[in-house]
Amino acid sequence: MTSTEEILIANGQGFWGDSILGPVRLVNEGPLDYLTLDYLAEVTLSIMQKLRSRDPSKGYATDFVRLVDRILPELVEKDIKVVANAGGVNPHACKDAILEVARRHGLPLSVAVVEGDDIFHDLDRLMEGGEEFSNMDTGAPLSTVRDTVSSANVYLGAFPIAEALSKGARIVLTGRGTDPGLVLGPLIHEFGWKEDDFDRLAAGTVAGHIVECGAQCTGGNFTDWRSVPNLAMVGYPIIRARADGTFQITKHEGTGGLVTEDTVRHQLVYEMGDPANYLGPDCIAHFTSVRLEDLGDHRVEVSGVTGAPPTSTYKASISYHDGWKSTGQLTISGPDALEKAKLCAEIVWQRLAYDGFEYGPEERMVEFVGSGVCHAGIPGATSDDPPEVVLRMGVKGPDRAKVDRFGTELVPLVTSGPPGVTGFAGGRPKATEIVGFWPALVRKDLIQTSVEVFETA
Amino acid sequence: MKVPIHRIAMARSGDKGEGSNIGLMARSEAAYSFLHEELTAARVRSFFSAINFGDVIRYEAPNLRVLNFLLTDSLGGGGSASIKTDAQGKTHGLALLRLELDVPDEVLAATPEPTS
Repeated sequence: MTSTEEILIANGQGFWGDSILGPVRLVNEGPLDYLTLDYLAEVTLSIMQKLRSRDPSKGYATDFVRLVDRILPELVEKDIKVVANAGGVNPHACKDAILEVARRHGLPLSVAVVEGDDIFHDLDRLMEGGEEFSNMDTGAPLSTVRDTVSSANVYLGAFPIAEALSKGARIVLTGRGTDPGLVLGPLIHEFGWKEDDFDRLAAGTVAGHIVECGAQCTGGNFTDWRSVPNLAMVGYPIIRARADGTFQITKHEGTGGLVTEDTVRHQLVYEMGDPANYLGPDCIAHFTSVRLEDLGDHRVEVSGVTGAPPTSTYKASISYHDGWKSTGQLTISGPDALEKAKLCAEIVWQRLAYDGFEYGPEERMVEFVGSGVCHAGIPGATSDDPPEVVLRMGVKGPDRAKVDRFGTELVPLVTSGPPGVTGFAGGRPKATEIVGFWPALVRKDLIQTSVEVFETA
Repeated sequence: MKVPIHRIAMARSGDKGEGSNIGLMARSEAAYSFLHEELTAARVRSFFSAINFGDVIRYEAPNLRVLNFLLTDSLGGGGSASIKTDAQGKTHGLALLRLELDVPDEVLAATPEPTS
């Protein structure tokens, strides 16, 4: 491989629920070497762990199987490799479903499974061994909520993904890893980057961070939205990566959207903490070292990235039962929409109190959507007399029955409140579980990762 | 001249634990220098006093002409515990762009106009 050779890595799925058109069009509308896909949010693993406990064949991202069914012939024909965290908490079931799709298509396929992130069933052993999993925000030990933990995963790094690719896998399935790792893995594999090559690992991390939310770096959610052409057909991002750690952000020719220094900056700052120290399992990346150059024609050159050694711990994402919540809404028309909506809210609380259900200030919420909820308290962003408002109310707390009782007093306002109350649909609001997140650290040397490759017979 | 920050900067925000972060991107070097001087963490904290109930921390990335503000208690509980409409702080960036500042003419002259 020459030093000027470029590898094309795209991200077609920014989160669980993103449009299937992203990856389909990436595969169909231009050249590509790697397609990365993110299916996991923090709450997803908790849901998957529950699904698996009821049915051992579940617990992974079924959207991914539907996608592979749709694009597998193109993946094989164009020799595109896929890295996806679709394995969830049951990567082998996901692998089996993918291999079944390949058999149906009559196509040969090798699928790698990366494991080691799921520590749900190892928690007690790790805790007995002295790991406290102290909450990074509050300092409390995990033992205080141990009984209600519903999932526990560590954010693995990119080297197991690179190993899977080196073993010849066309599709690499992982569970929880960092989002940038989906991109960094192929870079490590292609360019032979080493574990102590921190500047390049940081560059790959920055590249992965820029594309990890899909269209958010190609014109989606962009301040100057009027300047973005054809958002309907927005192109998802592609990294043109080189061995020295420099790269370009671009998208397929002819697709909608916009790639400029500004659209790339928008994503660099997304979910950012201290820009000087972006912590990851493989390195620390200095976002303060990133140089952007707008080359025009939807190409932005990224260079200058420096990094430092990572810490000796993985971040763990643990979820636990944290009570119940319920929200519902009604629409209140004018005249006097806001005044009437305020009366409605008071009526609901009074009727509940009459029946012995009182909710503290931290347990209840009232919003008058349309009068300035998102930008509350900010001059010019609120209105005292909107033509109509959506009354949105909610409660939360540890007592499910009390949370459910709230939902029964919203709808009666249609006939027993002021005039102009409408928009009732979907039945009574019901209590749903609050899944709490418990950020913690765990020593890397306690976590064993493994990589296995499976093929169609 | 008094103008909303939108005239000289862009923004994107999202959730960060029980709070949100706002990445504020200056539209020019002159705008960055001005915002770096004027837009303190204290000023942002007072602007968001009806939304954020914790500290505001400011970070700087001059290479990107970015100021990054962490609003540490702005989501009504954060994550899936929040029952607010904007439980992820997605709109907090646009809120900050509404803040009006007295921007010197030379800064305005050196800063391209927004297209939206």
